[in-house]
Amino acid sequence: MAAHVLGLDLGSSWSKAVLLDPDGRVAGRALRRTGIRFEDAARDLRDEVLSAAGVDRVGCTVATGYGRRNVPFADARRTEISCHAKGAYHFFPREMDVVDIGGQDNKIIHVRRDGTVANFLMNRKCAAGTGAFVEEIAHRLDIPLERIEALAEGATREITLSSFCTVFSATEVIKLIREGEEPENLCRGIFNSVIARVVEMGPLGEFIVMSGGVVAAFPIVAKIMAGRTGAAVEVPPDPQFLGAFGAALVAREELGADP
Amino acid sequence: MPEIKPFRAQKRMKELMAGHFRGVDAAAKDPDRKVAWCTSVGPAELLHSFGFEVYYPENHGAMLGATRSAEKYIPLANALGYSPDICSYLTSDIGAFLAGETPLQRAYGLEGVPRPDVLVYNTNQCRDVQDWFSFYGRRFGVPVIGVNSPTGVSEVTRPHVNAMVAQYQALIPTLEEVSGRRFDPDRFREVMGLSAKTSDLWKECLWQASYRPSPLTFFDACILMGPAVVLRGTPEAVAFYEELLAELKERVDGGVAAVEGERYRVYWEGMPVWGKLRDLALFFQELRTAVVVSTYCNSWVFDAFDPADPFESMARAYLELFIVRSDDAKERIMARLIEEFQVDGVVYHDAKTCPHNSNTRYGLPQRLKERTGVPFIVIYGDLNDLRCFSEEQAKTNIEAFVEQLGPGRAAAGG
Ligand code: SF4
Repeated sequence: MAAHVLGLDLGSSWSKAVLLDPDGRVAGRALRRTGIRFEDAARDLRDEVLSAAGVDRVGCTVATGYGRRNVPFADARRTEISCHAKGAYHFFPREMDVVDIGGQDNKIIHVRRDGTVANFLMNRKCAAGTGAFVEEIAHRLDIPLERIEALAEGATREITLSSFCTVFSATEVIKLIREGEEPENLCRGIFNSVIARVVEMGPLGEFIVMSGGVVAAFPIVAKIMAGRTGAAVEVPPDPQFLGAFGAALVAREELGADP
Repeated sequence: MPEIKPFRAQKRMKELMAGHFRGVDAAAKDPDRKVAWCTSVGPAELLHSFGFEVYYPENHGAMLGATRSAEKYIPLANALGYSPDICSYLTSDIGAFLAGETPLQRAYGLEGVPRPDVLVYNTNQCRDVQDWFSFYGRRFGVPVIGVNSPTGVSEVTRPHVNAMVAQYQALIPTLEEVSGRRFDPDRFREVMGLSAKTSDLWKECLWQASYRPSPLTFFDACILMGPAVVLRGTPEAVAFYEELLAELKERVDGGVAAVEGERYRVYWEGMPVWGKLRDLALFFQELRTAVVVSTYCNSWVFDAFDPADPFESMARAYLELFIVRSDDAKERIMARLIEEFQVDGVVYHDAKTCPHNSNTRYGLPQRLKERTGVPFIVIYGDLNDLRCFSEEQAKTNIEAFVEQLGPGRAAAGG
């Protein structure tokens, strides 16, 4: 199967592409805002990653993510659950819980020792504890996203926003500001809340792999997760691309299945 | 492209349902005839025995959901103090009433919902029905009567049954007064006989889905159950389910699958999402997954009905229902069905506005998985209020669940 394969992860906020060469090595990656047209985002990403790698055709394309049905040129599609599991298992071939914190939703995927999905959980409809939540609260605090992690590192007190709802959390933040809470502690509180929302979704085992844009941008959440659960927490390379990478792995399999 | 295979019997069903609504409407306009509104698992048989035409607001609620008009009406009821967190059948039905509109206008040419002479509830399913009926009782100035059933019942015992029999019997004086007829035990027995037959036939129809491939799905059954709900206790319902059963057996004999290329079989626990019934049916088709059994459609199977002892058996039947039971009883019932229908997975629908039909909130799915080894998924939605339903999230969950059911789908290597 001497062909490149492409995995596309059309997320609700960001879309990601991973190109694998015929040997299964990463030959290119691309990332862009999904925008309002999944189809265009998919096409642009494909063109970008292929031209950067100087590749003119791929043997198989697999789409995943919310927009997986809107990629007319995809050869197959899989849900992000399967793709994240596959991607994580590639790096950590053992039993684990994959915790994916995305722009709009959180997932916990329990992967068996053989790499199959035993079960999974997705958060309910509210964005509390997701990437959108981090953005919203940072915006409320009027602190640029790039700075919140550095500030959080300097926290002197652990606080957690307790609301299930992003809007309520914002109100909570305002109350804390009024009470004179330090910005460092508030920033730390954002990340504590993200992890709190994940932990209350369902049971977690002793080995956790974290993926998604939030851990990519703010590695501190992995530390907080480890502290909170006592589990060993690992982050694969390029955690934001794990779904796309998993999709590309599926594409390699599909290609192998082709005559 | 996936398609839903229609049943021949649906034609007859349409006529039956039209006949039912026009019949109730005619009775509402005739001073000599009386209309009773009844909850879906209320004492309909008793009402029929008095010659009432029986109308079911929940069925109307489902129509509002299925026609996706609920969202237009729910806010009207909310504004009156009926919270968006309570039964969305109630809020959409009351909202439609306030707007003076009903899908019965377009479907059957009725001017409005048929006016009740009496409203009769059974709180076996929830308290909402009592509050719902009380609203109409005040509006129409007619009596609201009913029975207050125990819930969370583990085993149906003698004291449970006695308490219910006494309450059913206590309804008789009001029903006599409103109908202008004396209670007729023979007629009651006769109606019970017809209801029992309807229930047996409906059950046999549903159980055809235990064959592989299944000749019908939950989504088909949600449509085909109309007469079991609104016409039980009538000879027409019996004839209809005889016809349907014959057609189903024909499908089974001919190996006709409701879901072409059926790969997996799942259990649907909870209410339908009425406004998305067809969408979800097609979605499961695409995934080659047949929803073969549900708690919901089984709710109109009343094994206990016995014309020889109508009060006692009615009390028993309306207490034995799934919704009335404790979690340990529910787990037993589901475990048996999972086995009988050879189910690969369970989809729980947690309906925001109906906690009574949402069995996901006290750890039941987790315990049942422990017990049976069959995996599950929970989707969050609602029966009527589509504002509580994220289609994308539900579909991703279902699709990922089906991928999970396929052994080795996400397996090692790559
Ligand atoms: S059981 Fe649920 S759907 Fe039915 S009337 Fe009660 S609250 Fe509404």
